[in-house]
Amino acid sequence: MILSRQIHSYWQALPLTLILLGFLVFPICVILVVSFWDYNEYSLIPDFILENYEFLLTSNVTLKAYLQTFKYAFLSWFFTFLIGFTLAYFLAFHIRSQKNQTILFLLCTVPFFTSNIIRMISWIPLLGRNGLVNSALQTSGLIEQPLDWLLYSDFAIVLAYIHLYTLFMVVPIFNSMMRIDRNLVEAALDAGAAPWQILKDIIVPLSKSGIMVGSIFVFTLVMGDFITVKIMGGGIKANVATLIYNEISLLQYPAAAAGAIVLLITVLMMLMILFRLVDVRKEL
Amino acid sequence: MTNRPMSFYFLGAFFILFVLFLYGPNITIAILSFQGENGGLTFPMRGSSLHWYAQLFERQAVGDFSSALLRSFVLGVMVMICTVVFSLLAGLAFRKHFVGSSMVFYLTLASLILPSILVSLGIGLMFDRFGFTPNWFSSGFGSHLTWTLPFGLLIMFAVFNRFNPSYEMASADLGATKLQTFRFILLPLLAPSLMGIGLFGFTLSYDEFARTLMTSGALNTLPLELFAMTTNVTSPVLYALGSVTTLVSLCVILLTLVLLKQLNRKPKHQGK
Repeated sequence: MILSRQIHSYWQALPLTLILLGFLVFPICVILVVSFWDYNEYSLIPDFILENYEFLLTSNVTLKAYLQTFKYAFLSWFFTFLIGFTLAYFLAFHIRSQKNQTILFLLCTVPFFTSNIIRMISWIPLLGRNGLVNSALQTSGLIEQPLDWLLYSDFAIVLAYIHLYTLFMVVPIFNSMMRIDRNLVEAALDAGAAPWQILKDIIVPLSKSGIMVGSIFVFTLVMGDFITVKIMGGGIKANVATLIYNEISLLQYPAAAAGAIVLLITVLMMLMILFRLVDVRKEL
Repeated sequence: MTNRPMSFYFLGAFFILFVLFLYGPNITIAILSFQGENGGLTFPMRGSSLHWYAQLFERQAVGDFSSALLRSFVLGVMVMICTVVFSLLAGLAFRKHFVGSSMVFYLTLASLILPSILVSLGIGLMFDRFGFTPNWFSSGFGSHLTWTLPFGLLIMFAVFNRFNPSYEMASADLGATKLQTFRFILLPLLAPSLMGIGLFGFTLSYDEFARTLMTSGALNTLPLELFAMTTNVTSPVLYALGSVTTLVSLCVILLTLVLLKQLNRKPKHQGK
């Protein structure tokens, strides 16, 4: 009986599993194999060499790129967390009717459905040398020369990440906040707790899982991103993924593969730390 | 707690600022896409015209925009259908614990979390090594599914966690076959969520860039076309293209919301 029940589960889960095996697990195995291969300008040469890794791990460029990547990841996480938490708190605890909650929530969600590239190029007329921000600052007399660091800079990159990924913080934090028993807050109020005490001792601890899920999203998205750095950094900034992207454009696949494997290991190590702190499966 | 505390207005203002931050840039380029023929990438507007929109549909001017749009659209629909069907099946599978279920679950999470460029590179290399030609409808299709299926399955989990199984039990008690229960009870109840998954699937695929990079083969999808344009086009035609694709996404969202409303209305009418 139990077995026949399980059989249904197996064929039902099969299509998804097959696609993930064929288009995720197997390709990553291919990357792993190719990362040990040799190459010249024309072709890949099956081999087992460690040079790709050796070059990668001893290069100053890699080190700098990793430092940049962690900097972007940390700054983006910090700001998306602050903004995302505040927004989720407002939606969950200050908006009382469920209908309004849904409407405001949808309002935040809509931009998520439009292309990231468009959302990035949308910043050009605002941040450029002759952009709106610079002209506004100049007309108001705050600055004399246009600010150059607004576009094609670390500032622009982090700003774009905040623009793109804050939603990934809002959704899980909002979700866990909605599950907090409102009686707890009432009881704390009755017991004379100050608003910030409620926040610190009840709301933050109880929305920890949402914060974790959001952090995982933002961290991993920023770690693996190369388009934002390419577009918002104007081609002069580099993180780990842009290095891989450049190697792909130069058809240096084994080198790109080695870079990809090192990135994969880095991301997995970070995730292991985060997963220790929260059981994702319980949160769904 | 009857009176609104001060913090409500403070947070409300913060929310409004955030929404402005979210939409401001998009609105800016939407306005700028109506630049006159001599207008540039920034303000001031030099007249207003539909010149840049007209440019989009002239083949030579900015590359092959309309076929890219068509390809992205067809791919989006294919991905949408598969995402809905496969996520529903997998969601049903996960309602009972089966041996290996946690492996499938972690595989799905991995698919969501691993950097897109890895998936792209891997599938590209795999096709290259096996001598297959990458195409947007084969390798591109597969790579998009690795992005949309996890979202679909996670939504299914959320749905089934809030799902009341007593409807199914009642149906079974009344002598319905499993297939009938599925067709007449489960499917109508799940329909709104499935449409949500479809919406996710379509737009995620329609806008996907990184996973398409090495998997689309010789022919560009729309995001690839856009990316190529960011590096070599410096005219408002870029904004026109941006506004058009945003409009398509918005239409899909609106259409889904309207259909959802219709679906929610139906049972009430039948009740009367």
